[in-house]
Amino acid sequence: MTLTSLAQAVYVLAALLFVLSLAGLSRQESARRGNTLGMIGMVLALGATIALSLDASERPASATAALIGVVLLVGAVVGTWQARRVEMTQMPELIAILHSFVGLAAVLVGYNSFLTEAPDAVHLVEVFLGVLIGAVTFTGSVVAYLKLSARIASAPLTLPGRNWMNLGALVASAGLLWWFIASHSVVPLVLMTVVALALGWHLVASIGGGDMPVVVSMLNSYSGWAAAAAGFMLSNDLLIVTGALVGSSGAILSYIMCRAMNRSFISVILGGFGTSEGTVVAGDHDYGEHREVSAVDVADMLRDARRVVVTPGYGMAVAKAQYPVADLVAKLRARGVEVRFGVHPVAGRLPGHMNVLLAEAKVPYDIVLEMDEINDDFGDTDVVLVIGANDTVNPAALDDPGSPIAGMPVLEVWHAKQVVVFKRSMATGYAGVQNPLFFRENTSMLFGDAKEQTEKIAQAV
Amino acid sequence: MTTIGVPREIRAGERLVAATPKTVGQLRALGYDVVVEAGAGAEATFSDAAYEAAGAVIGDAAQVWGSDVVTAVGAPWGTQVDSMRPGATLVAMLSPATRADLVEKLAARRVTALSLDAVPRISRAQSLDVLSTLSNVAGYRAVIEAAEQYGGMFAGQVTAAGKTPPAKVFVIGAGVAGLAAIGAADSLGAQVRAFDVRPEVGEQIESMGATFVQAAQAQQQVSADGYASALTEEQERLTAEVYARETADADVVITTALVRGQAPRTITAEMVAGMRAGSVIVDLAASGGGNCELTVPGERIVTDNGVVIVGWTDLAGRLPQHTSQLFGTNVVHLMQLLTPGKDGALVLDLDDPVQRGMTVTSAGELMWPPPPVAVSAAMPGPSDTAPTSEEIARAEQVAHEAAVRRRQRRTVGLGLAAVLVTLAISFAPPAFLGHFTVFVLAVVVGFYVISNVSHSLHTPLMAQTNAISGIILVGALLQIGSSDPLVTVLACVAAAVASINIFGGFLVANRMIRMFRKDA
Repeated sequence: MTLTSLAQAVYVLAALLFVLSLAGLSRQESARRGNTLGMIGMVLALGATIALSLDASERPASATAALIGVVLLVGAVVGTWQARRVEMTQMPELIAILHSFVGLAAVLVGYNSFLTEAPDAVHLVEVFLGVLIGAVTFTGSVVAYLKLSARIASAPLTLPGRNWMNLGALVASAGLLWWFIASHSVVPLVLMTVVALALGWHLVASIGGGDMPVVVSMLNSYSGWAAAAAGFMLSNDLLIVTGALVGSSGAILSYIMCRAMNRSFISVILGGFGTSEGTVVAGDHDYGEHREVSAVDVADMLRDARRVVVTPGYGMAVAKAQYPVADLVAKLRARGVEVRFGVHPVAGRLPGHMNVLLAEAKVPYDIVLEMDEINDDFGDTDVVLVIGANDTVNPAALDDPGSPIAGMPVLEVWHAKQVVVFKRSMATGYAGVQNPLFFRENTSMLFGDAKEQTEKIAQAV
Repeated sequence: MTTIGVPREIRAGERLVAATPKTVGQLRALGYDVVVEAGAGAEATFSDAAYEAAGAVIGDAAQVWGSDVVTAVGAPWGTQVDSMRPGATLVAMLSPATRADLVEKLAARRVTALSLDAVPRISRAQSLDVLSTLSNVAGYRAVIEAAEQYGGMFAGQVTAAGKTPPAKVFVIGAGVAGLAAIGAADSLGAQVRAFDVRPEVGEQIESMGATFVQAAQAQQQVSADGYASALTEEQERLTAEVYARETADADVVITTALVRGQAPRTITAEMVAGMRAGSVIVDLAASGGGNCELTVPGERIVTDNGVVIVGWTDLAGRLPQHTSQLFGTNVVHLMQLLTPGKDGALVLDLDDPVQRGMTVTSAGELMWPPPPVAVSAAMPGPSDTAPTSEEIARAEQVAHEAAVRRRQRRTVGLGLAAVLVTLAISFAPPAFLGHFTVFVLAVVVGFYVISNVSHSLHTPLMAQTNAISGIILVGALLQIGSSDPLVTVLACVAAAVASINIFGGFLVANRMIRMFRKDA
């Protein structure tokens, strides 16, 4: 038994623990265990790696150990500080910036691998691909982070011929790969890195804010593939397995998000929503009048209701209204009103974002239902509160084949007896589509800040 | 400041009032002053003090009728029109189709008259349609009247003294009143059956809890103005058969068919003779002469075979408090439409089909009848737009062929890709093949594991996968011991950012997972 074979055995165990960790996340009851298993796997893997690293160190082992200790300390301090400080509404930004770290690490590891190992063709291809994916992930995630934290405008950047630019970047990279294999020089690798960084930047810059759930899942996937590529270049099966797990995880999440918007993955990635279809929404269509209500009226409605459904959207996160909403729901439930939540898969800026916000506000997860679970129940519902959601409750998606969101599955709130829409103004949602729901006879509009209005209702109930 | 006057209704038996203390508050929020005639709300249990508390001024009849805007329930009587100011606006149920004399009088007085019972039946105008309001209340009240007249309980009972069956209620016509009656009877526990000549309302009937009774081929289209149109002879015969069968079986019959003020005859004397003693008929169309041949408008009669026929014409007025509240809210909605600036300035926009449809006279000019408005409730007939079954079959065929072609193309494409990848891999060194096998298997495992993850845990999942993708730290750590200082520096940076990922990802996932709690 050598140290290497022992480390390999520990790696197998760690890989298994990672699989079990993700499997544990399938249900709330086992999620905590899954989290712990992942941590144990990571400790084992790092322990084995540090032992290997010290063993193979080309300078005194104590110096290497000190270096490792310092970097881990830095990572631990920064990581723990971020994890404690972040607000749940900022979760998309945190996830995006963490993706960029994986991308950056993959680029650096790729360069190191090129500098330290013998240049055979297969290895060079692995290095090249690892750096390419890592660089795209890095800048893509940075842009996603900037957009999600509103440091840059979230509107899509629409450069002329943007698809040709992306294609051009890929073709240029292929040419550079050929040069790289032929020359073994670092120059094409550096050039490709620059091209890939630009490609990642442009890819995400041309995607709008509402498509961010797909983008973040896609970058999650890329960060996994980057780790897997690093595994190939280092011949490390643990990295390959973990990278593949993460990569397929992100890919599935992207697929779920796209299906929930009834859009193809390609059309989301190529960005510029609505511009390619060329369908500009007719602004002069007569939708009729909308009716306004006050918070007190809504409180009256809720007091008389037996079944209430709340459908939150990104607007609830923006207004940070989850606490007053939870408070209102708790009050109603104490009065014997049956209250449930209906969450659309793409509500928010991250898959499952709404669930986390509601969990933060101490809403029990068993009254938070998915779209498919609740859509048939709207007919028996007395009042639906639509808080900061728009496109995800738009009947035009089902009724109007010409609508840009036609065919997208939506929460069919209009079957309820009363619908109250919380909104800042009559502006359209992310997709720029007018929402006929607002003009239905059983719909009332409650304008103003969702947080303040919800607090008022909770007071009046 | 524009003043709105709310008169006391002087017509005998009228208990409603056009504004309640609550709607007075809403009218004042639109910028109007409100004058209420003393005692206007007395019959509807709204005291003068309550109006004053809501911000209204209590005045006499002359003051009220002299206001800039007068909102009343019924049409003005006798000299009331003469006490209105020229240029004032009158909002009331004016029945302009049958009261030509009144319309002319209003025009001569240069009064702008808006008739609340002439609201076009389009969805946008529903919030100001007082006929819907009154029908809704009347439908409810009809059931209450029937329950009073009926000698039994509506809900079936099982007691120690034996059991009683639930009352059988048959409702004819599923308009607003019919649906309200169905809902009220159903919630009292009766077995409700309902009929309407328009087959498309079956869904609404069933949604209210009744069984939809259908006559074979007795189908009918909605005419362009939203009412049911007349039947052909054959349809009539079939419908009559349904009526005879259902009424004979029912304990309570509620008829609601009223088309433009006219009541079609649906229940003949013969059908009444076939009903059981003690059965009750409530005729909501009594004001139009009655759907039942034996109905006496405004009276309750008992036939020779012991069937009670109720012909009240003031069913909505028998619930004055709520009816006035709903009526008043309709008036508020109208005033909102007429006051776009919310500044107490009344603006009549005759280009708006809703406002145009209600306007009977404007500044001395006769505006009745208005141009016809297309109704949104009327669905295009099946013959107009629906494709024939042949066309559908052809379209399906085309779609099917396209799908098959797509599948074939995809299969060929995937096959080609598989061959190419296999060829490419076969050139690779054996070490790579080992890794590649692991990679492919891990992708498949990942796919199945992640597919099971609950949607609500997707955010913690992303944080967790973030943390474990920090495993790239392993690569960086192995390079840190290199003797090349450049490599060491790069490795240190990579290791630092990757470890941020590991710590941050795991901890934030943990923090989120801990927040999820089950309902205690």
